[in-house]
Amino acid sequence: MSKSIGTSGSLINDPRARAWAFQILAIVVVAALGWYLFNNTQTNLEHRGITSGFAFLEHSAGFGVSQSLIDYNESDSYGRLFLVGLANTLLVSILGIILATVLGFVIGIARLSPNWLVRKLSAIYIETFRNIPPLLQIFFWYFAVLRLVPGPRQSLSFFDALFLNNRGLYVPAPVSADGIVPFLVAVVLAVVASIILARWVKVRRDKTGRGFPLLLTSIVLLIALPGLAALIFGAPFHWTVPELKGFNFQGGWVVIPELFALLVALSVYTAAFIAETVRSGIQSVSHGQTEAANSLGLKPSRTLRMVIIPQSMRVIIPPLTSQYLNLTKNSSLAAGIGYPDMVSLFAGTVLNQTGQAIETIAITMSVYLVISLSISLLMNVYNKRMALRER
Amino acid sequence: MKMVKSTLAILTTAAVLGVSGFAHAGATLDAVKKKGFVQCGISDGLPGFSYAEAGGKYAGLDVDVCRAVAAAVFGDAEKVRYSPLTAKERFTALQSGEIDILSRNTTWTSSRDAGMGMNFIGVTYYDGVGFLVNKKLGVSSAKELDGATICIQAGTTTELNVSDYFRSNGMKYTPITYDRSDESAKSLEAGRCDVLTSDQSQLYAQRIKLANPDDYVVLPEVISKEPLGPAVRRGDDEWFAIAKWSLFAMIGAEELGVTSANVEEMAKNAKNPDVARLLGAEGNFGNDLKLPKDWAVKIVKQVGNYGEVFERNVGMGSALKIKRGLNAQWNNGGILYAPPVR
Amino acid sequence: MSTHTFKPDLPPPNRSIGAWAWMRANLFSSVFNTLLTLLALYLVWLLVPPMIKWAFLDATFRGTERSDCTPGGACWVFIKMRFGQFMYGFYPPELRWRVDLTLLLAIVGTVPLFIKAMPRKAIYGIAFLIIYPVVAWVLLHGGVLGLDAVPTSRWGGLTLTLVIASVGIAGALPLGIFLALGRRSEMPAVRVLCVTFIEFWRGIPLITVLFMSSVMLPLFLPEGMSFDKLLRALIGVILFQSAYIAEVVRGGLQAIPKGQYEAASAMGLGYWRAMGLVILPQALKLVIPGIVNTFIALFKDTSLVIIIGLFDLLNSLHQATVDPVWLGMSTEGYVFGALIYWAFCFGMSQYSQRLERRLDTSHRS
Repeated sequence: MSKSIGTSGSLINDPRARAWAFQILAIVVVAALGWYLFNNTQTNLEHRGITSGFAFLEHSAGFGVSQSLIDYNESDSYGRLFLVGLANTLLVSILGIILATVLGFVIGIARLSPNWLVRKLSAIYIETFRNIPPLLQIFFWYFAVLRLVPGPRQSLSFFDALFLNNRGLYVPAPVSADGIVPFLVAVVLAVVASIILARWVKVRRDKTGRGFPLLLTSIVLLIALPGLAALIFGAPFHWTVPELKGFNFQGGWVVIPELFALLVALSVYTAAFIAETVRSGIQSVSHGQTEAANSLGLKPSRTLRMVIIPQSMRVIIPPLTSQYLNLTKNSSLAAGIGYPDMVSLFAGTVLNQTGQAIETIAITMSVYLVISLSISLLMNVYNKRMALRER
Repeated sequence: MKMVKSTLAILTTAAVLGVSGFAHAGATLDAVKKKGFVQCGISDGLPGFSYAEAGGKYAGLDVDVCRAVAAAVFGDAEKVRYSPLTAKERFTALQSGEIDILSRNTTWTSSRDAGMGMNFIGVTYYDGVGFLVNKKLGVSSAKELDGATICIQAGTTTELNVSDYFRSNGMKYTPITYDRSDESAKSLEAGRCDVLTSDQSQLYAQRIKLANPDDYVVLPEVISKEPLGPAVRRGDDEWFAIAKWSLFAMIGAEELGVTSANVEEMAKNAKNPDVARLLGAEGNFGNDLKLPKDWAVKIVKQVGNYGEVFERNVGMGSALKIKRGLNAQWNNGGILYAPPVR
Repeated sequence: MSTHTFKPDLPPPNRSIGAWAWMRANLFSSVFNTLLTLLALYLVWLLVPPMIKWAFLDATFRGTERSDCTPGGACWVFIKMRFGQFMYGFYPPELRWRVDLTLLLAIVGTVPLFIKAMPRKAIYGIAFLIIYPVVAWVLLHGGVLGLDAVPTSRWGGLTLTLVIASVGIAGALPLGIFLALGRRSEMPAVRVLCVTFIEFWRGIPLITVLFMSSVMLPLFLPEGMSFDKLLRALIGVILFQSAYIAEVVRGGLQAIPKGQYEAASAMGLGYWRAMGLVILPQALKLVIPGIVNTFIALFKDTSLVIIIGLFDLLNSLHQATVDPVWLGMSTEGYVFGALIYWAFCFGMSQYSQRLERRLDTSHRS
């Protein structure tokens, strides 16, 4: 008897056994909860005769979309509509990331400028824009600024080619012509040549320390080669200029106000955070590096470009990626102003038309999950590589 | 062993909880009686149909349907609580039991009736999609709208009907969809779109919300059928019947000339047997519905008949000034028709 | 022996003191810098005078109607007339004192926590955290003690924003701490569960979470069981925010030297006591700035509830701007809202930075 008490006592006191029991318990509780929710949902759907399953993706959507990067018309399926929304989300995210990075780096560097006024202005920028909710900023750009722009018939026109009105910014669109193939070949050639040149310059600099006006040469190459191709083989494009027909401008490309407002608000908001990241990254590089570079006779601009920034990137990049992720997730605020991104189009309109809340929201969530998990994965790989290189 | 026991206990609890969720027909009426009010899903603000008055009290045609149901069940039209819902939430709110009746200018369609777990109880307003444009555009017919930019409320049947209309007429358009009707109106005003489309009744409601209503005109075309009606959850026939007959009582009362002013008088000495049956003076049809004998009297007395409700909220007596049109009684040029009580 | 007396120091050369020298050093030190200064001055000139003109000089402050406003300047009359709604939403005007009292109690109640010499701060803090929510609920919702019930659908404005933000953080904090402990646990199953949970919520936008809580959550529950709309949104916010808190707390746990863990177990403390008495008090102190930053993010994120139709501050502003009587007041409305959000967030971020500096020095010394 005492023996049995002893064993049971030791089992309870044995940390490993307890750990096992606790883990099993945790799994069982989670599984039971999952099963409970699943069971409820199943019962609810069946009991009330709600359609479920993914068959609706094949059904014809039957409504139009204000902006679509891929071919889409009303008779296409909900599945295609999903792709339209995904493309619009990616468009605004990618453009936003580019704009926010440029703006953020400029302001982050300006934050450390020796110029007092510039330093203060960038501090004011950062403190203003990062402390106002992004949705409010989107509303502001959309509803407050939209009112200031005239209607289509009173459009502001620039050189009779660009038109700005409350339907958007209309720009001429290139349409491919005869010279397109040689032109593209020339562009590719110029890019390849620039890359090879860059490698050569680096190798030479490492060996001899001599510099080379790389940027200038590349730009000349990129202009000259395609230009030459256009001269010989004829113009690669002709332009369709937007024209006022009926209610709106027709032809050309258009940046709709929803895209504009979303893009400006997201870039301005995220740039404030990126600027802070850049500032702390640059400050993390020890001052000795700057002094060493100075004593080697590097100009301040070069010191920044070749010594400080490359070293600070190690500190900057992880928070930078999380800012990129935030921007992508914040692009879902499009729902507030009717930009047809994935959330407003798919988790909004399609949900409403089909009534299949669970399926549409699950699909939307998984897309975001895939995006953020894959970026996290890339980040981990990058971090590992950086860690290995550390001395 | 202890662990296994507690695990089992948790599992059993979960299983019991899971099973206890089943409901039976008639559950809604019992639940409503128990909590003492009808939970009514309405729109997030549409003049004439459901909107908050200055003091925060809700009013409108859709609101009055819920009040009629409360009058039938409790004999008191004020025993209603309202949940303002966005277009997105409305179906789930009904499906999940959060509300007992959805009265939110919702179009009766086959997919909603069959695939979304709801039953429409009838039609409270026969509507159709129309167009609201700025007079400055000089448009007099919807056929002239080729190439226009159109503001639509997202996730409505309007979105589908507009698309059908433009396709079948070989015209092009750019849709701008907003989650809420307020935003569409604001956009129309800012000139973001040329046209605002919605059910015609809503267009009148939207128009009076604009800063200069007289600058805008509703085009004559009606391009679709939009029978708007309240809906209840599927699987509870008893509640379905109560909601359905609360509406029919209002429509029938108007046909029989019963108004809130004369209903008590008529209930006492009804000569017309139809009236007598409706008001419970002859037979006891309320009993079949599990309602008190004078259920219809309470509805008409406290809420009014359909004609009164219409005039008060959207008709000539209101800011919207909508004509009866299709929504007149069947014997008066319209298509409103209530089944008889017998 | 004569004492040597120093001559008084010469004043610094004129070129290196005074306003002019300061300007030379900070604004015109090089050609490039001078250009930058001029550009910045031009920018300021472009933005600031029109803003001041619009917001103050040409603005209308007095009056009660739209017609009182002069065109060209801001119409602050609009804000004045709608102020009550921006602050309280549809809360019945005669009961607004209850909201004020709730806020006042919160301020009075938290003040002792910031007094350094206060004894038994922890006990007081915990007691406050337990008692205050009950008091706040009774005051705001009513329905007991003879107070009229105010259903949550009538809550709105800044009140609702503050309710969502504070309940969100109060709920997310304990959950986040458990998740962080779980993520650092040595039990693989617990770790995997916690990591999955955290990464799931961090990977999706808050909007989809709110959609889920407003349209999907009711389908998960047994029939007839339904929550208040606000409560559903709060559940979503808490789950979402707890994942972020967990990551912040994890940072703090990682910063505690291993010796502390070992010392705790050498003292014979079990897991929970080691965590509760040794590790967490140190780790949480380290991550207070991080928690404040999360709270700032949450405060800004509360504005998203507009998407599911709750009337927080931003939605109240938005509603007011579509009122036909005041149409065209978008700019005033949004500027006012931005100022309120900004004041809260900026204040908190200053506090968090100050805290960061203080904790930083104490750590190094």
